[in-house]
Amino acid sequence: MDTVFGVEYEGGVILAADQSNARSILTYQSNLDKITTLSPSSALGVSGPNSDLVNFSEYISKNLALYQLSNDGIQLSTHAQANYCRGELAKALRRGPYQVNCLLGGYDKSTGKGSLYWMDYLAALAKVNYGCQGYASNFCLSIMDRDWKEGLDQEQAVAIVEKCIKELQVRFLISQPNFVIKAIDKEGVRTLKFGADPSDN
Amino acid sequence: MFGPAAVTTDVLDIGTRQEEDKRRQMIASGGTGAMCASNFLGEPAAFEVPNVADPAHFCRSNFASACGAADSHQTVKFAKGTTTLAFKFNEGIIVSVDSRSTQGAYIASGTVKKVIEINPFLLGTMAGGAADCSFWERNLGMQCRMYELRNGKRITVAAASKLLANTVNSYRGYGLSMGTMVTGWDETGPQLYYVDDDGTRLKGNMFSVGSGSTYAYGVLDNYYRKDLTVEEAIDLGKRAIYHATHRDAYSGGINNLYHVTKDGWKKIHSIDVNEMHYEFAEEKKNAMSS
Repeated sequence: MDTVFGVEYEGGVILAADQSNARSILTYQSNLDKITTLSPSSALGVSGPNSDLVNFSEYISKNLALYQLSNDGIQLSTHAQANYCRGELAKALRRGPYQVNCLLGGYDKSTGKGSLYWMDYLAALAKVNYGCQGYASNFCLSIMDRDWKEGLDQEQAVAIVEKCIKELQVRFLISQPNFVIKAIDKEGVRTLKFGADPSDN
Repeated sequence: MFGPAAVTTDVLDIGTRQEEDKRRQMIASGGTGAMCASNFLGEPAAFEVPNVADPAHFCRSNFASACGAADSHQTVKFAKGTTTLAFKFNEGIIVSVDSRSTQGAYIASGTVKKVIEINPFLLGTMAGGAADCSFWERNLGMQCRMYELRNGKRITVAAASKLLANTVNSYRGYGLSMGTMVTGWDETGPQLYYVDDDGTRLKGNMFSVGSGSTYAYGVLDNYYRKDLTVEEAIDLGKRAIYHATHRDAYSGGINNLYHVTKDGWKKIHSIDVNEMHYEFAEEKKNAMSS
C-alpha cells in the first residue's frame, strides 16, 4: 500500500514517500516519515509493514553508525551500504519473511555524485537512475521513463516526483494525501517538502 | 533478529527463532529454567509455545484471531469486540473505553476493565484478545518496574511502548490479537502510542481501536480541537464511546474514562452507556423544544 520514489540527478538523489499508515479500512495516521537517514549522506525509503520498516531501517542505520565508530570514522560508500543492506536482508530471510521494499539514495564525496539503489523484499538489489516501490510503480514508472534524462538538476528531479504524486492522486484508488520529499546531496540529507509535519504528534 | 543464524530447512518459519531461544535458555540454566520467563529488559519474556514441529503454523490453524486467520475452522475462539479511544489535548490525555466482551454473538461479559493501569503514570488499553492484552500489558508493567529499579527513574512512554512492540514483534505470526494504546506523562510531556499485534507502533495525537473505532473516529474527528477544556474533552470522550456502542453490536456496557495529567492518571467516571442514551435523548428533545 505504501509508495516510495527515487530519482537521481546531477550531484544528488531525490527520495519521496507517502506518509500514511492504514490497517484494513482505516487510516491511522498520515504524517509519518518513511525515509530514514542512514548516515550523514544517505537515506533509506522503505515500503512495507510498519514493524518491518522500523526494525530494518533502525538495524541498518545503527550498524552503519557502529561501523563508523569502530573504523576511525570511515564512512561506507553508498554502493557498500546498499550491498550491506542486501546481505543483511538475505541473511534475515533465512529465518523468516521480512517485507521491506527499499530505495536507498546516497551521495559520495569521492565521486561527487548521487546514486540510487533499488531492493525488493527478496533481497534483489539493482542500481538504478530512478525507481519506485509499491502499487505506485504501475502508474509512475512510465512517467519516469518518459521524463528522466542524464544531467537533471534538483528542481527537474523534484518536478518528476511531483508529476508522479499528482498521477497517483488522480488515478490511484487508495488515498495517499501526504508525501514527504527529501534531497540527498553534498549538503547531506534534507527534507524539501512534506504534506503533514512528521514531528507534529 | 539478524544475529548469526544457522541456515535451516524451514526457511519460512519465523517460529523456529522462539524455539531456538528457548533451547538456548534451557541449556544455559542447566535444564531448570525452561519454564521461567526471562526478565531481561528489552527482551520479551519466554512464553510457552505448543510443543510441535511448527508452533507458528499450529497456532494459526487452531486459534481464531483477529489478525488474518478468520474465525472459521479453529477450535479456540477469542473474546473480542471493542471500542477504545484516546486523544491528546492541551490539558493532557483522555482515555475512554467501553466494557463489553463478546465471543461471537454471545456477550461474555459486560463489565470488563479495558484500561490497564500499568503504573501511576502509564495506562494501556485493551482491544482484541482480552487474554493477550492483559497478559502482555502486565508483563510490560513488570518490565517498566524493572527499568525503574535499575535506573532510578521512570521509564518514558516511548521506551515502554517500544518494549511492548518488541515483545509483540517476536511473536508475529503466532496469532496474537491485540490493538493497544500506551499513554502516560513523562519528562517529555503527554505521550500517546498505538501498538498492535503485527508490531506496528505509531506515535500520534488521537487513536481509536476496535470494532467500533470507525464510529468513534466519526465523532472524534468532527468535534476534536486541541484547545478543548477538560470538561469538553471528557464529554467528547464519553460521547464518542456512546455513539460507537450505539452502532457497534460488539461494543457496549460501561464507559470508563481516564484523564492523564502531569501528576499521573485519574479515573474520571464509569457510566452505563444505557443511562447515557436516555440522557442524550432527553438533551436532544429539550434542544428541539426550546
